[in-house]
Amino acid sequence: MASMRDIKRRRDSIQSTEQITKAMKLVSTVKLQKSKGKAESSKPYFNLMYETISSILRKSGNLDHKYLKPGASEKKAVIAITSNRGLAGGYNNNIVKLVNGELPAKDTLVYAIGRKGRDGLARKGFQIKADYSEVINEPLYRDAADITLELLDGFTRGEIGEIYLAYTAFKNTVTQIPRLIKLLPVEMEAGSEDDTKARALMTYEPDEEEVLNSIVPKYMSSLIYGALLEAVASENGARMTAMDNATSNAEEMIEALSLQYNRARQGAITQELTEIVAGANAIS
Amino acid sequence: MADVFKLKVVTPERVFYEGDAAMVELSTSEGDIGVYANHIPMTAIVAPGVLKIHEGSDVRKAALHAGFIQVLPEEITIMAEVIEWPDEIDVKRAEEARIRAERRLKEHSAESDVLRAKLALKRALTRLSAKQ
Repeated sequence: MASMRDIKRRRDSIQSTEQITKAMKLVSTVKLQKSKGKAESSKPYFNLMYETISSILRKSGNLDHKYLKPGASEKKAVIAITSNRGLAGGYNNNIVKLVNGELPAKDTLVYAIGRKGRDGLARKGFQIKADYSEVINEPLYRDAADITLELLDGFTRGEIGEIYLAYTAFKNTVTQIPRLIKLLPVEMEAGSEDDTKARALMTYEPDEEEVLNSIVPKYMSSLIYGALLEAVASENGARMTAMDNATSNAEEMIEALSLQYNRARQGAITQELTEIVAGANAIS
Repeated sequence: MADVFKLKVVTPERVFYEGDAAMVELSTSEGDIGVYANHIPMTAIVAPGVLKIHEGSDVRKAALHAGFIQVLPEEITIMAEVIEWPDEIDVKRAEEARIRAERRLKEHSAESDVLRAKLALKRALTRLSAKQ
């Protein structure tokens, strides 16, 4: 049986771990509130953007535009959004698994946002083309626009055939869903009949192609920006859940160890008493 | 009294403006336009310039740098990538940016630099004219 001192030492160490996990949980709760608000305030822009793009495409479905068909190259590019820090449960690993499962490692270029995903994907044999890990600390719309420009440049030059985006969608505080979406070529599901009629009269200035040329980059930037904000909220949500679990596990262990410690203490006292009584008996 | 329409100006970070307006004036890639209610549906690309929102007798100005506009008969939406109210603009900084950009344009350096300077100059001029 473990000695009293060993049990005590173990219990103290778990107690200090619990303090850390508790503090981390509180910090991520506060951060979650903030990032959730930001993610929500970017929703209107993104929704309108999506509506506009899909109404243009629906109206002119057979438009022959470079952003609507896959590029010449076999190569695929994926923007993988993860975090720079661990201790967030399966958050980072889920993205790595998703990308590894859906895309072939040898034909995929990774544009990494977040160190954890970059390292994880590099280990799986993916080629890391660019690293924007600093962005995830404080995502700006400018960053998303810069990444878009770089990717579209590669697309236009024929180095990339398809562009994907992998991020964790924020559903609510406890549920976050890793998601892989195709950015380019742009694909839209068919909309309702009414909507098509309502917008059938739309004119485009100067013309549809010019408008698409200008809007598609904005559409991609807004998707990437929205994904960045959601990913930050998801990261904090995942970390909060993970730290909550860790704290309750630590509490359980402390309880069990306290019981063990008290038993050992009682055993030691009983033994000491028996020894004293035996000693006294031997003298008299 | 002229008809009013719903005007919505959104940016990636926030809803910039939402309300009823009688007319908006802005620059598009094809030239400056003013839009009243019951305009035909139209989508156009925004060029840097001053956005003027006519709310009855009031006119509100904003510096609009990039984005596009979607016009429906009763609803106009401006998707702005970058837009500022005059009180968010620092005149001194804009003035300095204008001078620097003009200087760079006179010096004739590499091709990409000229393009950047031109854009910077446009931004500065838009800011300054929105502030007036």
